[in-house]
Amino acid sequence: MSQGTFENPAVVEEELDILLIGGGMACCGAAYEMMRWAEAVKAETGTELRIKLVDKAAMDRSGAVAQGLSAINTYIGPEQDPADYARMVSNDLMGITRDDLAYDLGRNVDDSVHLFEEWGLPIWKTDDDGVRHDGAESINEGLPLLKDGGKPVRSGKWQIMINGESYKWIVAEAAKKALGLSRIEERVFIVKLINDKNDPSRIAGAVGFSVRTNTIHVYKAKAVLLAAGGCVNLFRPRSVGEGTGRAWYPVWNAGSTYAMAAEAGAEMTMMENRFVPARFKDGYGPVGAWFLLFKAKATNAYGEDYMLKNKDLLNDYPPYGQAAVPASCLRNHLMLKEMKEGRGPIYMDTVSALAKLRETLSPKEVKHLEAEAWEDFLDMCIGQCGIWVGENIEPEKKNSELIPTEPYLLGSHSGCCGIWVSGPTDVGAPTADEGDYDDVPAHLPRGWNWGYRSMTTVKGLFTAGDGVGASGHKFSSGSHTEGRLASKAMVQYALDNKDWTPELDTPVDQLAAEIYQPVRNFLEQKNYTTAIDVNPHYITPKMLQFRLQKIMDEYVAGTSTYYNTNDKMLAVAEEKLGMLKEDSAKMRAKDLHELLRAWENYHRIITAEAHMKHIQFREESRYPGFYYRTDKNFVDEENWHCFVNSIYDKNTKQWSCFKRKHVDLVDKSKLFKAAAH
Amino acid sequence: MPTYVRTDKCDGCKGQDKTACMYICPHDLMALDKDGSHTGHAMKAWNQEPEQCWECYSCVKICPQNAIEVRHYADIVPLGGSVQPLRGSDSIMWTIKFRNGTMKRFKFPIRTTAEGSIDPYGNKPMPKVAELSAPGVFTKDLMGGYRAGRPDELIRRK
Repeated sequence: MSQGTFENPAVVEEELDILLIGGGMACCGAAYEMMRWAEAVKAETGTELRIKLVDKAAMDRSGAVAQGLSAINTYIGPEQDPADYARMVSNDLMGITRDDLAYDLGRNVDDSVHLFEEWGLPIWKTDDDGVRHDGAESINEGLPLLKDGGKPVRSGKWQIMINGESYKWIVAEAAKKALGLSRIEERVFIVKLINDKNDPSRIAGAVGFSVRTNTIHVYKAKAVLLAAGGCVNLFRPRSVGEGTGRAWYPVWNAGSTYAMAAEAGAEMTMMENRFVPARFKDGYGPVGAWFLLFKAKATNAYGEDYMLKNKDLLNDYPPYGQAAVPASCLRNHLMLKEMKEGRGPIYMDTVSALAKLRETLSPKEVKHLEAEAWEDFLDMCIGQCGIWVGENIEPEKKNSELIPTEPYLLGSHSGCCGIWVSGPTDVGAPTADEGDYDDVPAHLPRGWNWGYRSMTTVKGLFTAGDGVGASGHKFSSGSHTEGRLASKAMVQYALDNKDWTPELDTPVDQLAAEIYQPVRNFLEQKNYTTAIDVNPHYITPKMLQFRLQKIMDEYVAGTSTYYNTNDKMLAVAEEKLGMLKEDSAKMRAKDLHELLRAWENYHRIITAEAHMKHIQFREESRYPGFYYRTDKNFVDEENWHCFVNSIYDKNTKQWSCFKRKHVDLVDKSKLFKAAAH
Repeated sequence: MPTYVRTDKCDGCKGQDKTACMYICPHDLMALDKDGSHTGHAMKAWNQEPEQCWECYSCVKICPQNAIEVRHYADIVPLGGSVQPLRGSDSIMWTIKFRNGTMKRFKFPIRTTAEGSIDPYGNKPMPKVAELSAPGVFTKDLMGGYRAGRPDELIRRK
C-alpha cells in the first residue's frame, strides 16, 4: 500500500462477514459472545468468519465507561423478576417502552455482571452482620462471589456498588483477548454506512478514516453492529469555556449511531426522548449514591424538601404521577418549579445526611463512609472532586448545589431514543399479523420481531446499547448484554447469507472524496484570507457546533428557555437547522483531528434534526421536566400513548414521522397507587 | 476541564513503543509535538483542545512519567486545588489538596486479578451452532445469572 498524504489519502478496502462499529460496553459484549460462536462455527463447519471491530479511540478507555463507574446500575439478582425490571423501565420513561426488549435484557444481564466479577472487577459485598466491604476486602474476608450467592451492596433497587476505576479496562481486556489483536482497528472513525447496490434495504458495509494516518478505510460486510454511543453537545452546554468538555455523558458521543443508522434508512424510534439529569452543579457528579446509599435529601435554597412540598404537581400526570417512584422527568418537574419561582439554588443536603449517619457509626466507620463518598466521584466523575477542592467543599461541612443539565440523547441510561429493532420471540410481543397504524410505511415490518434479534429494519444492520431505542435503563451491564444478544443473531445472519456477496451502492472513489471534502475545502480556500479561521468559503467544525447548540438551546427546549418550546419555535428551528445542514458541506478540516470533529458534528446535526422533528410530531409533552411543548402542555394518553418512529430519506434529506402502536407485555397497573385526589 | 503536561517530566515516551497519552485519550486530545512547532517544546505531549477535555484522567493515569496533571476549568473553578492519582496494578491512590490547604488521601482497589490474566473462554464450554437461535447467552447455564422469571408475569404469552 502506498503512503497516503493529507492531500491524497490512501484507500484500504477490506471484505468481512461481520463488522463491529464502536468499542464501548456494547461492542465489547458483542466481541466476547461472538468469538465463542465463531469458534463453534469453525469447529463444526470449518468456516472461519471474517470479523473486525473498529473503534475511533482505544478500547481500554473508550465509550461511556472510559473513566470508570462507581456502580453497576442494572443487576437484577435472584430475588427480583425480569418483569419487575421491565415495569421500572416503562415507568421511568412515561409508559412508552418495549417490554420485550427490557424483559429480555433483564433475564440475561446478570450473566455479564458475573463475568465481570470473574474477570477481576471488585464488587462490594454485605456480610452476615450487615457490614459492607469493598471488592478487595470482601475477597480477603472470604465472602462469596455474586454467582455463588454473595450479597451485593445495593445503592438502589437495581444498582450495586463496585470499585470501578478499571471497569472498562477489565471488560476491554476480555473482549480484546477474545478477538485477538488482528481483528481490532483502533483510531479509525466510521462516518457512513453503505447500502447494497442491488437491495437498498440492505447493509453492504461502512466507510471511515484513520485519525492517525492519511488513510480511508472501506469495509464490505454482510452484518454490521452499529454501537457508537449516544449524543452529547448537540445543545449548548451550561459551561461554554474550558468547561464545555465537562458534559455529564462523554463528550465524544457525537450521535454517530443515530445519524449513520438514519442515513442508511433504518427506522428510528422515540427520538423525541431526551435525558436531562439533575446532578451536582458544574462537575455533574453522580447523585444516586447520595440519595440512595447516604439517604440525603434535595432541598430548595430555604431548606424545603421540594419533592414533598410540590408533590401535588404529580397529580397532573396520571397515572405516571401516582407511581411509587416518580419518573426521572417528573422529579425534575418538581425541582424546576422551585428554580423558576426564584427559590434556587437547589442543594443536596449532604451535611444533614452525613451527620445522621455518624450518630450510629464508630469513628472507623465514619472514616470509611467519607472514603465511600469521595470514591463515588473519583471512580467516575473526577471533575466533581475538582469543583469540591477548588471551592473548599467538604460534604460533611458544606452542602453542594444541584442543577438540571443540558439535554442529552441516549438509549442506555434514563433515556430511550434510538433505533427500532427486532426483539425476542418468546415473551408475547405483537406479531406481524396483529397490524399497526395505517401510516406505518409499507416497506417496514409489522410486529416486533422480523427474524433476527437486535436487527434494525435495514437487513444486516444491528445495534445495541445506546443504539436500541424504546427501552433504556440498561446502563453498562445491560449494554454489554445487549451486544451479546445481538452478536448471536449476527453470526446466524452471516451463516444464513453465506453465499451472498455485498456490493456497495456508491463507487469507492466517490466515498473517499466525500469523506475528505472538509480537507479539500481547507486546502483549496485557505490562502484566500490572512486569518485561518475566518474565511467566507468554509466554516470551522467548532463554529458549526456553536451554531447547532445555539439553535437547539434557544428553539428546541434547552436550558435557556427552561426546557420550553412550541410549534412556532420548532418551525424556526427547522428552517435554521436546514441551512446548517447545507452549510455542513462547507466544514473545513486543517488536520486529521479537525476532520474527526467535522464528521462528529455532521452526525450531531442529523441527530438534532431527528430530535426536533419528533418533538414537532408528538403533539403533547410526554416528558414534563425534560421538555415542555407549551402549546400542548399535557400528557395525552388517549392520542399519544404510542411510539413515534421515523425514517430519513438520504436522497431528499427529509424525515417522515409516524405512530407505532404501544402494547404492554407485563402488567403496569402494579406500579400505581390510587390518585391522591 | 483540561489536563496539562509538565515540561520537566514529559519525555515524549521516547523509550516506549507509543506515546501513552496519545494512545489512550478517548477524545483524541493529546498529541506529541515532535518538532516543537505547536508548543515550543519539541518531543513533548500537549492537550491540543483543552475545552473538549472530559477530565476522565485516562492520560493522567497512564503516563509513565507522571507528567500529566489537571488544572480544573478556569471558567468555573477557583484556583489552588488539585486531585492527583497514582494508579498501580491492583489499586489507585488519590492525593487531594483543597484550595485552603486541606489534604486528603484515599486508596481504592481497582481489580482483583492480575492485569492481563483474563482467560476469556478458559473454563467455558464450546456451544453448538444449533443453539445459535435459542434465547440467552452461551454462558447461560454456567454463570448463574439467568433469571427465568415467573411465567404468569408475561400477560400476552400464549
